[in-house]
Amino acid sequence: MLSPGRARPTPDAGENAVFRGRALPWVFLLPSLLILAVFIYLPALQTLRLAAYRANVILGTEQFVGLANFAELLSSPAYRQVALQTLVFTVLTVTFGLLLSLGLAWLASRPVRGASTYRLLLIYPYALSPAIAGTLWLFLFNPEIGVVNALLGELFGVRPRWLDTPVLAFGLVTLAAIWKGLAYNIVFYLASIQNLPGDVMEAAEIDGATPAQVFWRVAFPLLSPITFFLVFTNIIAALFDSFALTDILTRGGPYTGNAGATTFLVYQLYQDGFVNFKTGAAAAQAALMLALVAFVTWMQFRLGERRVHYGS
Amino acid sequence: MAVKHPAAPPARADRAAPRSRRARGVWVTHAALILAILIISAPLIFAVIKSTQTSSVVLSPSLLPGGAFLQNLSGVWEDAHLGRYMRNSLVVAVCVTAGKTTLALLAALAFVYFRFPLKGAAFTLVLLSLMLPTEVLIIALFDLVSRDLKWANTYAAIIVPFLASATGTFLFRQHFLSIPTSLADAARIDGCGPLRYLTHILIPMSTNTIGALAVIQFVYAWDQYIWPLVIMQQDDKQVVQVGLRKLIEVGGQTDWGAVMAGAVITALPPLIVFTALQKQFSRGFALTEDK
Repeated sequence: MLSPGRARPTPDAGENAVFRGRALPWVFLLPSLLILAVFIYLPALQTLRLAAYRANVILGTEQFVGLANFAELLSSPAYRQVALQTLVFTVLTVTFGLLLSLGLAWLASRPVRGASTYRLLLIYPYALSPAIAGTLWLFLFNPEIGVVNALLGELFGVRPRWLDTPVLAFGLVTLAAIWKGLAYNIVFYLASIQNLPGDVMEAAEIDGATPAQVFWRVAFPLLSPITFFLVFTNIIAALFDSFALTDILTRGGPYTGNAGATTFLVYQLYQDGFVNFKTGAAAAQAALMLALVAFVTWMQFRLGERRVHYGS
Repeated sequence: MAVKHPAAPPARADRAAPRSRRARGVWVTHAALILAILIISAPLIFAVIKSTQTSSVVLSPSLLPGGAFLQNLSGVWEDAHLGRYMRNSLVVAVCVTAGKTTLALLAALAFVYFRFPLKGAAFTLVLLSLMLPTEVLIIALFDLVSRDLKWANTYAAIIVPFLASATGTFLFRQHFLSIPTSLADAARIDGCGPLRYLTHILIPMSTNTIGALAVIQFVYAWDQYIWPLVIMQQDDKQVVQVGLRKLIEVGGQTDWGAVMAGAVITALPPLIVFTALQKQFSRGFALTEDK
């Protein structure tokens, strides 16, 4: 949710440092730092510790097993399937989600009458929660009474079993996740499109460039910083926000191979931690996900510095 | 504005042809936008229609609005405790939004207007927390909150851990840095302390950023799902997102009219906040016509 371009990750040398006082800044910072320390950093360390135990939060039992939890996870076919499914789901939602929202934002940024109303109608779904999205889609795609199958049955005589067929359920969750993410991406794309240098594109147009050429040759490269930023926020969203959606829509199912077709990493973590009570195994999964998020963030900063020009 | 069309007479003679093409392009744009908005809104429109139908009509493909909305709503409001879930979510979302905004303002104040040792380390500590989503910490967080703090089934469990905001601190810091230092200098010379400067000068100058953040934080707090699902075992403290899940799983027969009424009502508070602060939200992210 931090927008690039304005990003200055290192604190300034203090040219704004106006007020005096040694203790005062710490008084202002203390509430934030205390909450971060207790509810973010302490649990993070505790997660790493628990990953080395065969533990059960409910029973309160703990037994040190070293790296056994990790070894078990990495050699488990079910976990590998879940990881692969998460990868495919993430790639699909990020790719199609960003392409669609860029197209829509571009369309909504055209100077037509009522443009601000169109923009509002495109971004309001941001305020709909993943759980509501799951509930609505569950009814829409209900095999017997859903309106989608009523329509498909009428037109083509087919009534797919959306929630019982692994491939269809996977596709459905992916589609719902793309739908849910559109508004957020459109907000950021609209903001950046409006900040594009209009004169550059005008010049291209006067030089005889077609609208498609203006878009791909001029606008698209200029939008690379925001696209880059959105790729990473969308990866994080696909990894975590998918939980409510899949929990309501499919409960991680239907079964295929060694795991449910729509069981993604975070769902598996919840299942093992709070349904199967395999706390140590769940903590090991959490540790792996922490490493994944750290890697994604590191890539973002690393590649961001090198390839993408953020401007001033 | 993406492309500005000059109002001055065209310099070239071949300007007429592109113009008619452009006029057609405008209608294509309108049509495409309307179609896109209809497709995107379809699930919500569908939910609104279905929430008004009686239980005999709701299972049919009929898309004609009925008159049973209040009946459907009163069903879920009392019998399925939607009213209670909504009140819980409202308390949580308002507290989290207000708390996050306050703490982020104070933290940004410290980072921008003070020079102190370990400032860089403190800032890194705030920023790095972005890399640690609650979902990943949930196992250890559950342990801490339920066993050590004994907060299970309390509002504190779903409010306090979310009061610090790296995003808020960062955005307020960026915004404060864009305000001329001379203002703070003048205030200090006039004998104005940092807190007074914050409440009298900075906050009134930050309404757009505060509005934009309030939308984001309210939506985030309202949407909480996995954490309340595990930490709230008592139904009377549960939030409305998890309540929706319970509406669906009542026995074998789901009362879809009632569920849709519940979903529509659940969607309202963040939509109201979003609509009310839409101008600030847009300005906060520079979405307006003229920057």
